[in-house]
Amino acid sequence: MSFINYSSREINCKIVYYGPGLCGKTTNLQVIYRKTRPEAKGKMITLATETERTLFFDFLPLALGDIKGFKTRFHLYTVPGQIFYDASRKLILKGVDGIVFVADSQVERMDANLESFENMKINLDEQGYSLSQIPYVIQYNKRDLPNIVPVAELKKVINGDGAPDFEAVAANGFGVFETLKAIVKLVLIELKKGS
Amino acid sequence: MYEEENREIKAVVERLLRDANAKCVYLVDKDGQLISASGETKNIDATSLASLTAGNIAATGGLAKLIGEKEFSILFHEGERDNLHISVVGQRVILVVIFDKRSSLGLVRLRVKRASEELSKSIQKLLDRMAAGAENENLLKEITDDDIERLFH
Repeated sequence: MSFINYSSREINCKIVYYGPGLCGKTTNLQVIYRKTRPEAKGKMITLATETERTLFFDFLPLALGDIKGFKTRFHLYTVPGQIFYDASRKLILKGVDGIVFVADSQVERMDANLESFENMKINLDEQGYSLSQIPYVIQYNKRDLPNIVPVAELKKVINGDGAPDFEAVAANGFGVFETLKAIVKLVLIELKKGS
Repeated sequence: MYEEENREIKAVVERLLRDANAKCVYLVDKDGQLISASGETKNIDATSLASLTAGNIAATGGLAKLIGEKEFSILFHEGERDNLHISVVGQRVILVVIFDKRSSLGLVRLRVKRASEELSKSIQKLLDRMAAGAENENLLKEITDDDIERLFH
């Protein structure tokens, strides 16, 4: 839930990166962290296992600038993608304002994409949200790999509702900021509508 | 968060800081947003503290449900030098007290209890006002598409 602090003149929003294990959620945040100027970002927190798999969440606070004299701050979170961390994923979705669903474009990960997308809908429902009411965008990641599903096919399978979608190669930064910009815009537009 | 409630909350937090002999006191929203910070906060990354505290409360809340409890309203972490006392106030916000050997767990618990009752009232007032939402409306309606676009240039 966005948090507007009239006293310190700040608007705070929470964006969650969701998707199957190893699809590149953490990589998205790492790229944003690396390429953002120091004064606009806070410390990136990663709660990971010894093998660098996300255990609970990654967290990156970003300050994007002012709107009508209010500072806009975005808290970016990732969920752990591995199936058995479902309890943690539910917790991280609490209070979410916008979602980036990161899909893995590789042929062999299509089932995992679908399963994760369905899991996201179920977990949102459990928190009392519905995907149709929450701003979200989809990122088709790993477009540089050889064995990938065509974008048209990916759209058909996981983007039947026609959400804004972007091709990306998060590992080298391609498409990461386009995705972020799109979700930030949607969240702010939703905030405006909600009023 | 509005000026009036912010002043009330700040006053309670600052009194708690003094009465409990604490190093610093933070008030954090359950979603991980920092509401208020007082004391020796300079060397602590408050944004990280807020998000990790909320994650911690969310995780222990999940554990509580697993064993049939509603929530664990108090968490205590003991360190070699500093200790963390974390408690849920009014089911909505989290009060974090950091203290060292100049204080004690008993004293902190006692003072937190009193502060929590006062904070609950201010927070309820704040929530009522947010539900009425009159001031939100003005600010957000004035945001234009150009304002949003400009954030990225």
